[in-house]
Amino acid sequence: MGRKIIMSITGLFLCSFLVVHLIGNLQLFNDDGGAAFNLYSYFMANNIVIRIMEIVLLLGFLFHIYDAIVLVRKNKAARPIQYAEVRPQENSTWSSRNMGLLGTVILVFLIIHLWNFFVPARFGGLEGVVIEGAEYENLYIRVVESFQIWWYVLIYVLAMVALAYHLIHGFQSGFQTLGLDHKKYTPFIQMFGYAFSVIVCLGFAIIPLYFFFLY
Amino acid sequence: MAGSNPNAKPMNLTLKVWRQKNRDTAGQLVSYPVKNVSPDMSFLEMLDVLNDDLEIRNEEPIAFDHDCREGICGACSLFINGRAHGPERGTTTCQLHMRHFKDGDTITIEPWRAAAFPVHKDLVVDRSAFDRIQQAGGYISVNTGGVPDANEIPIPKTVADKAFDAATCIQCGACVAACKNASAMLFVSAKVSQLALLPQGKTERKTRVENMVAQMDIEGFGACTNTGACAAECPVGISLENINKLRREFIVAKATSENVA
Ligand code: HEM
Ligand code: SF4
Ligand code: FES
Repeated sequence: MGRKIIMSITGLFLCSFLVVHLIGNLQLFNDDGGAAFNLYSYFMANNIVIRIMEIVLLLGFLFHIYDAIVLVRKNKAARPIQYAEVRPQENSTWSSRNMGLLGTVILVFLIIHLWNFFVPARFGGLEGVVIEGAEYENLYIRVVESFQIWWYVLIYVLAMVALAYHLIHGFQSGFQTLGLDHKKYTPFIQMFGYAFSVIVCLGFAIIPLYFFFLY
Repeated sequence: MAGSNPNAKPMNLTLKVWRQKNRDTAGQLVSYPVKNVSPDMSFLEMLDVLNDDLEIRNEEPIAFDHDCREGICGACSLFINGRAHGPERGTTTCQLHMRHFKDGDTITIEPWRAAAFPVHKDLVVDRSAFDRIQQAGGYISVNTGGVPDANEIPIPKTVADKAFDAATCIQCGACVAACKNASAMLFVSAKVSQLALLPQGKTERKTRVENMVAQMDIEGFGACTNTGACAAECPVGISLENINKLRREFIVAKATSENVA
């Protein structure tokens, strides 16, 4: 049970990261040839507070994923012989039963995503661009170019669908795992979690779609 | 049969039943035709009829658990057509009637599947893991002496009701059987809540929850992922609220109990 509590705390922490990440990314929609986004990206790569949070975030992911693996294995071992016939759709939602699968899709996406944007932004490999007389790295152009590729856009959209389902179950599940359940507040947490999942994932998915279809 | 519906037509069914000699041998699903099943029969009566047939033919009857046959003891089990206690909600197998099936149906009958519930024979599983969890803390210690007045300790009605609801758990194991992780959280939570809610249970509440959860892990039950399958399949309607109560009890106990290590 202790491990599940870490799962929940890291999961909810990752949800807060999603909000920050999405708000930052909305600067991609600024009609300024990417200046605001590139300045933001420069800030993110060089600010000390952000650099510390980056490590916390990495640890959050590592603990979340490690505990996911341990718990999925424990749960598989708890039923060594499977039923010949099961009808789980009669008693539970699909996403609640497939958190490991959804998480794995997210993880694969995460690796592709980091490789394409984070690694060059953080460790070099981007073109330069001059904004108000100073030289910056042009992450914006990397974003624009990436999202001209149809299959790249498709991967993003599918990953966001997976994330949405992961969170539709995970957000409220995270509160329950901490025992935070009360008949006055739980219905609100469930509704909020649902809306949160859909809105945040939609927000992320719109970015590649915007650059593919409208840019 | 008394009170039977004269219009109800008898049904012919095919059963696919898990047969397994003992703990150490592998088992398999075996098909049996059953004829002239009255829709008024209970599921267990239908199996009785099949077993009579098998005995007449000198075959080994199918072993299954049952006792009260009125939905209160929790002995009957059976995973029927992919559901714990069959297709109806809020019922035990002994209270499931054949009218919920159709003439010509094939019905798959399997034992509860969990590492912690090894198959003893055919459809009978060993549920003593539950007993060991109970022994780890599912009790209150009472001193002998004069009997205190029952009304001396005030308990709010809402609390008494919640404790009573939790106390209705019949230890059937359907929650474990239905859970994709074979988790025993609903069962353990019912036992822990019931006692933690009442004044008599509060003295030992921290050690109780720590020991019962530890025993649950030792027995090899899975971890809860909040799918809610347990509560949906529980014959007596133990609610998920209890699981969250168990978590609060557990977190507070781990943070504040005197038990170190
Ligand atoms: C941005 C990324 C992610 C977020 C925001 C997130 C969020 C969450 C949340 C809130 C929970 C619920 C915790 C609970 O029920 O106690 C959860 C559970 C889970 N996550 Fe994630 N997660 C993310 C990525 C991942 C990844 C990469 C994996 C797998 C490699 C993963 C696998 C799981 C699993 C297996 C569960 C357990 C399901 C359960 O207990 O209900 N997640 N996640
Ligand atoms: S909680 Fe419900 S399903 Fe689980 S053992 Fe108790 S009565 Fe059976
Ligand atoms: S036989 Fe007692 S509950 Fe079914």
